[in-house]
Amino acid sequence: MIGNLDYATLQHLWWLICSIVGALFLFLTFVQGGQTLLWQVAKTDTEKALVINSLGRKWELTFTTLVLFGGALFAAFPKFYATSFGGAYWVWILILFTFIIQAVSYEYRKMPGNVLGEKGYELFLFINGSVGILLIGAAVGTFYTGSNFELSIYNFVKWTHPMRGLEAAFSLFNLSLGLFLVFNARTLGAMYLINNIDYTDVPEMETRLRQAAFKNFVISLPFLLYVLVSLLLMKGFGIVDDQGTIALVTRKYLGNLLANSWLLVFLLVGLVLVILGVFKTAKSDSTAGIWFGGLGTVLVGLTVLLLPAYNNTAFYPSKASLQSSLTIYNASSSPFTLTVMTYVAIAIPFVLAYVAYVWWLMDRKKLTVEEVVGHGY
Amino acid sequence: MIEHFDLSMVNWARAQFALTAMYHWIFVPLTLGITWIIAFYHSIYVKTGSEEWKRLTRFWMKLFGINFAIGVATGIILEFEFGTNWSNYSWMVGDIFGAPLAIEGLIAFFLEATFFAVMFFGWNRVSKRFHLFSTWMVAVGSNMSAVWILVANAWMQHPVGQAFNADTARFEMQSFSDVVFSPVAVSKFTHTTSASMLLASFFIISISSWYLLKKRHIQMAKRSIMVAAIFGLLSSGFVAFTGDEAAYEVAQNQPMKLAAIEGLYTGQHNAGVVALGLVNTNKKVGDKQDAFKFEIRVPGILSLLANRSFGSFVPGINDLVYGNARENIMGAAEKIKKGKLALAALDAYKKEMKKGNTIASKKSLATFNQNRDYLGYGFLSKPEAAVPSVGISFNAFHIMVFLGTLFPLVCLGFLYFSMKDVLLEKRWFLGLGTLMFFLSLIAHEAGWVVAEVGRQPWTIQNLLPVTVARSNLTTGTVQTTFFMFFVLFAILLIAEIRIMTKQINIGPEEN
Repeated sequence: MIGNLDYATLQHLWWLICSIVGALFLFLTFVQGGQTLLWQVAKTDTEKALVINSLGRKWELTFTTLVLFGGALFAAFPKFYATSFGGAYWVWILILFTFIIQAVSYEYRKMPGNVLGEKGYELFLFINGSVGILLIGAAVGTFYTGSNFELSIYNFVKWTHPMRGLEAAFSLFNLSLGLFLVFNARTLGAMYLINNIDYTDVPEMETRLRQAAFKNFVISLPFLLYVLVSLLLMKGFGIVDDQGTIALVTRKYLGNLLANSWLLVFLLVGLVLVILGVFKTAKSDSTAGIWFGGLGTVLVGLTVLLLPAYNNTAFYPSKASLQSSLTIYNASSSPFTLTVMTYVAIAIPFVLAYVAYVWWLMDRKKLTVEEVVGHGY
Repeated sequence: MIEHFDLSMVNWARAQFALTAMYHWIFVPLTLGITWIIAFYHSIYVKTGSEEWKRLTRFWMKLFGINFAIGVATGIILEFEFGTNWSNYSWMVGDIFGAPLAIEGLIAFFLEATFFAVMFFGWNRVSKRFHLFSTWMVAVGSNMSAVWILVANAWMQHPVGQAFNADTARFEMQSFSDVVFSPVAVSKFTHTTSASMLLASFFIISISSWYLLKKRHIQMAKRSIMVAAIFGLLSSGFVAFTGDEAAYEVAQNQPMKLAAIEGLYTGQHNAGVVALGLVNTNKKVGDKQDAFKFEIRVPGILSLLANRSFGSFVPGINDLVYGNARENIMGAAEKIKKGKLALAALDAYKKEMKKGNTIASKKSLATFNQNRDYLGYGFLSKPEAAVPSVGISFNAFHIMVFLGTLFPLVCLGFLYFSMKDVLLEKRWFLGLGTLMFFLSLIAHEAGWVVAEVGRQPWTIQNLLPVTVARSNLTTGTVQTTFFMFFVLFAILLIAEIRIMTKQINIGPEEN
């Protein structure tokens, strides 16, 4: 069956798979959000130990999902990988740095002889959770606002802006999307920590976290509203004929939402679920908010990633040279490779299943003070 | 295709990739190897219920965790650098090269990441059996990641299962099984993982030897050494066997690399290996200088390694650069001519297609197809540019082989003294034991240098030189990120060494 899929279906399927991985990554940024809450919600060493150990058992999942997101894009849309990474150089290098410093911080923070001290590694975690997520948001924002590149006839990229990608962070839309992701990650982080820790011995931290979930959600709202309203009103980069010509189309993304009404449903249901998660966490003693907030984030994330690619749209548009813009049709791997990778993707449900099973197995008992003081991270 | 390139930018990008890969390679072999040994220790604990084995398992797990974190941190840099510094490469071969990277993420990294948390924090949260299962899964996941990254690397050395598509102007996959089951991939994986087992064995032997010298944790150290020496001895046998296979694959697919690692300028029948020699670094291809300041060759062995036959002909650098009609070897000079024809035809094809001139484009395509196997040579400025650094390749290879010969003898010594229970009396041998981890690290790094420096000037052997594979960046930009990485790596390395030595000094009780 997979062998019979036509090229366009494979291209759509692989953008969907990449988007699912990307959306799952956005959910898993509760780790990054939690990192930025550390100094705010954990006032004692015991509280810090609880937060770090709770997040420390998940950071690798987030990290691995990001690596898979990159790997899947490389395999399925190599022209995007080459154009964006080779062109928007500085934005990717800085994102990379924030994740390198995260990877050692959990393990090294409390170890004797760690050179940078406990605070140094906590600062690394904060930078990863704030600057890292902000820049990822700005990079995703360019799917809508465009980037500054030209491609040669051999598809080699030439970036036309001296800031080599960092200019993305100075667009109000991109910045708003980035800040929304930062505060959404913080909201998710608070919800996850409420779910994962036994607060019998640290009741004050529970109160702080429940308040943090609400406050961060409220702060994220103006950024979300700006992004959503802009999306509905802005011009988009559409494919306007059979030759693949790209042109600016009025209210393109509104048109995409209406043409794919299931995306509108995803967006609305996603937003409702996030709000429900926040209220369950902040206004009741429920610990289940993360599941609503998480699923909601996945649905909103899916909409954000699918909207600029489906319905004959250029997902990585060029402001410098419209016809250099990347679409799922001109940026993808060959049909052979996409078919092979589709067979491989059959493994995804199995991977998700064992990740979920292990998550349940490890987290069915809440993390206690006794378990982390003197042990773990 | 490429009108202008800045060689200094290319060299800085190469330096940056080499820095990252070699730094990454300090930590990865230990992860690959020690996970199996820890799983073995953990199995003994679950089987016997002995607290001593549990302490031992937890101790080595702790050291593994410190090493693992920095391995993860540096691994992601390599994935990014393919895109940031080698974007033309990412585009031109992403259709083939991206697949193993994505599969590595999906199949291997998730296994590692999921079960890593259970392995470290599952002692009182899951059943003993599931906990043990998780430890084994970390070992499986780590080594599966090695499978896929080495499949990708092997394809760069021996690009099978692909064809160049003139319309998309990139290499595209034709056979996934050819890529995955390439003999180069198989030999790379078996050689690398067995060498990693050996390195992990020496990691344990080094630390345990130090404990014995200090007369601390004697029981744990002796037990650790016994298991590690057996693992090390078995692994060193595999290393030798797979090394021979790897050399054979190099001879068949990358004869220039073989000639460079043996400093062989003029091809010979009954060619010998250099048992000991000092390379003349002033020698240039084609001149009359001697290749070595002195050398001791063992005749026939290189022919045997390369072709499984003593008397067979092994081409030298001069044969591969200038050709050898008698042995039917086409030289780089002729390949460059064909490569330039292919490039011109490709350029003409693209232009004619754009104009809509079907007849002319078909003619150009036919010329291109006749010469496309030499496409990469079209980018070389002169035949001598096809030669990698002989000095670096030769020295790295011979350091690796010398150390590889020493390793089984040391393992055998540890096994013998352990069985006789006289290790504590052999202080000189324990002193050597403490050094073994560092010597095996040197052997690993040397192996990596042989593989990658010997491949130059190619990113993809014979198809894509590094000068084309690069991104469109200025030298200053790449220099800046090189030093950013350098400083970060230095800080992290100092932190890692200090943390590791402190934990070793604390020992198993306090962990």
